[in-house]
Amino acid sequence: MALQSLDITRRSATTTPSPGVRETQKVAKLIDVSKCIGCKACQVACMEWNDLRDEIGTNHGVYDNPLDLTDKSWTVMRFSEVEVEQGKLEWLIRKDGCMHCADPGCLKACPAPGAIVQYSNGIVDFHEENCIGCGYCITGCPFNIPRISKKDSKAYKCTLCSDRVSVGQEPACVKTCPTGALVFGSKEDMIQHAEERIVDLKSRGYKNAGLYDPPGVGGTHVMYVLQHADQPQIYNNLPKDPQISLLVELWKGVLKPIMSLGLGLVALTGFFHYVTVGPKETE
Amino acid sequence: MNDDDLIQRFKPADRANHWLTAITMILAALSGLTLFHPAFFWLTNLFGGGTWTRILHPFIGVVLTVSFWFLAQRFRADNRITDADREWVRRIRDVVANRDQNLPEVGRYNAGQKYLFWIMVATIALLLVSGIVLWQPWFAPWFSIGLTRVAALIHALAAFVLTAGVLVHIYAVIWVKGTLRGMTRGSVSRAWAKHHHPAWYREVTKGTK
Repeated sequence: MALQSLDITRRSATTTPSPGVRETQKVAKLIDVSKCIGCKACQVACMEWNDLRDEIGTNHGVYDNPLDLTDKSWTVMRFSEVEVEQGKLEWLIRKDGCMHCADPGCLKACPAPGAIVQYSNGIVDFHEENCIGCGYCITGCPFNIPRISKKDSKAYKCTLCSDRVSVGQEPACVKTCPTGALVFGSKEDMIQHAEERIVDLKSRGYKNAGLYDPPGVGGTHVMYVLQHADQPQIYNNLPKDPQISLLVELWKGVLKPIMSLGLGLVALTGFFHYVTVGPKETE
Repeated sequence: MNDDDLIQRFKPADRANHWLTAITMILAALSGLTLFHPAFFWLTNLFGGGTWTRILHPFIGVVLTVSFWFLAQRFRADNRITDADREWVRRIRDVVANRDQNLPEVGRYNAGQKYLFWIMVATIALLLVSGIVLWQPWFAPWFSIGLTRVAALIHALAAFVLTAGVLVHIYAVIWVKGTLRGMTRGSVSRAWAKHHHPAWYREVTKGTK
C-alpha cells in the first residue's frame, strides 16, 4: 500500500495503460545469506514499520518463528541445517518474503482491477482496498508468498516498504540489519555489490557462490547472494528455476482472451443466423 | 389458441426446477465472467461489488448444482443418445439451414438438446469439484497451490463450454418459434410438436384422436 503514484508500470486486470509518466530507477534489495546471523531484527523492523503484530504462536522446536509467512508476518527467517558435503554442516538462514518479480505471477492472475500494481522502480504492491479475496494471487505466485487474512479475507505480503522507498528511504528491514546482510539500492548497484561479494566468497572456498536473480520471472527486485547458488533448493526450498506456472499462463494468457472472444462470437453468430436464415416457424 | 390445440410438455415442477437452474446459471455465469476477464468486471456491480461477487459466486454455483441434479433426474431417461440422434448430428447443416424435412424423426428431445444435457452434466460436475478447490476462504486453504492451478484451468474451461452451450440453448428457443411456451406455460401446440418432435407427438397422442 502506498500513496497515489504516477510511476505505475502494470496494474492488475487493466487493459489500458496505467499512470506512468514518471520513470523511476529500478531498485533492489540484496540479501547476502552468507552474512546473515539469523537475529530476526528484520522481522521486528517489518512489524514495527508496518504496524503489524502477529498472533503469539507456539514454539515448534525450531528457530523458525513464526513458522511461516502470514498476513501479518511479511518476512520470516528460514533456518536450514544442511550437510553440504560429507562432514561439513552449514546453517543456512534465508530471509523469506516477496521477491518482487519483474514478471509477477500474482499480478497476472489477479482479476481485481488495481488490487496489484507494479511500480516502475520494480516494486510489486498489493492495494488491499481493491482486493476481493479470491486467492488467485496465491495461485499465480511461483514463490508461495501472498497470504489471505482470516480477519478481512484480503491478501497481504511484503511491500518492500514502497512507502519508505517512494520518499527516498530504504526498507525497514534493510535499515535495521546489524551485519549488512541486507542492502538496498538501484538494481544495477546491487548486482555490482553482489559480484564483489561473490568474488570474496569464492576466494574463501565457496566455489559455487552466486547471485540469485532468476530469469524465469524476468529477474527479481529482491535478490540473494547464495554460497551454493548451484543448489538454491537447499535454502529451504528456494526454487531453482522459478517461473509462472504453465497452467497459469494458459489460464490467464491464452484462455482468458480467447474464450471471452469465443462467447461473444457465439452470441453474434446466433444473431446473424436469425437475421439471415431466420426462425423455424410452425403454423 | 384453443386448448384442444395444445399438449402438455412440461409439468409445473419441471418448469420450476428448470427456471431455478436457469436463473442460477445466469447469475453464476455473470458473476464468474467478472473474475475471468477485466472486460466483464463491471458486472460485479450487479452483485454489490467485487468482494460480494467473490463471496456469492460459489454459493450460486452450489444452488445451481443442486437444482440441476434434480433436473437431471427428471430429464435423464429422455436424453439417451440413439442412432437417430447421431444421424441428426450428421445432418447439422440441414438443421441450421431450417431444412427440417431432411432430418430423422425426433422424439421428446432432439440430439442438440440431448448433447447439451450431457455437456451440462459433465461441466457442472467439473465446475463443482474445481470450484470447491478454489473456494476462498473456506476450502481453498486445504489444497496445494499446484492443485488450485489445475482447478482454475478446469474451472475456466468447463465454464466456457457450459456458457457457450447455454447461449446456444437460449438462441435455439428464440430460433424455434413456439418452444418457449413449453417451459413457461407447460404446453406446446400440436403443430409444433408434430413438426419438431413427431415421435414424441405420436407417443403422447396414442389412444386419443
